[in-house]
Amino acid sequence: MIPLTWYMALAVVLFCIGVCGFLTRRNVIVMFLSIELMLNGVNLNLVALSHFLESLRGQTFTFFIITVAAAEAAIGLGIAITLYRSRQTVHVDTINQLKG
Amino acid sequence: MFDQIFFGYCALMIITSGLLAISLRNPVHCVLMVLVLFFHMAGLYLTLQAEFLAAVQIIVYAGAILVLYLFVLFLVSIREELQLDAFIPNPWIGRIIAVGMGVGLVYVIPAFTLGEKGAWPEAAIQELTNTKALGQELFTTALLPFEIAGLILLVALIGGLVLARREGAGPLDNDEHGKKQEVAS
Repeated sequence: MIPLTWYMALAVVLFCIGVCGFLTRRNVIVMFLSIELMLNGVNLNLVALSHFLESLRGQTFTFFIITVAAAEAAIGLGIAITLYRSRQTVHVDTINQLKG
Repeated sequence: MFDQIFFGYCALMIITSGLLAISLRNPVHCVLMVLVLFFHMAGLYLTLQAEFLAAVQIIVYAGAILVLYLFVLFLVSIREELQLDAFIPNPWIGRIIAVGMGVGLVYVIPAFTLGEKGAWPEAAIQELTNTKALGQELFTTALLPFEIAGLILLVALIGGLVLARREGAGPLDNDEHGKKQEVAS
């Protein structure tokens, strides 16, 4: 039997890897991938809690999070394609038009 | 004992491939590392008696979402990406924030106590199978959110279509473009 804290610690590490990738990478697509890592950390936490609380609500939540992740990937990558078409770059530090 | 060794293997692979995914220079390699990570996440879901979600993780995440990422990466030119720096000019601020948040969150984990147990003990789920139990939960207590999830997917479909189509392009645009190129050559 694996204790709950192991799962929660792993979820925290995964979430923080995602945060680190989101804050440090330049490529928009890799930033979206980092968001997926964060969502997976949360998913792991929810599934572990659903198992240890003997309830299926956490798994239902995870199901919806996967749906939202798919929608977010579709929209975000569409934006990335449009961005590349108009600016020829997907690097966030070159997109500073609003800075004036 | 076997459980713990399996968990350790999966955790090690998840952390390693996650770190590689955010530090490798080539975005295609990043996506492939995330693929490895998702497979091990599915393994962890199996240890938590969530078989349906393990299958969904592989089919939807690894099969659909990551393929979408790969397609977009190939539409965006990655050849010049390889010569550029992969990180923003001062990445250490972000790394310090992430590590600080991780330490803080791990520090508060032992204070967590479980609430009261729900209505699905392990024996009941095993008797009914996980997929059937999840379906019952999904189509009774979470029916309205399920419908809204379908609506979200529809909105995302239409949004992706509108964003990715070229402005002012008719349906015959590709053919005309090809003809122009033929004339030019």
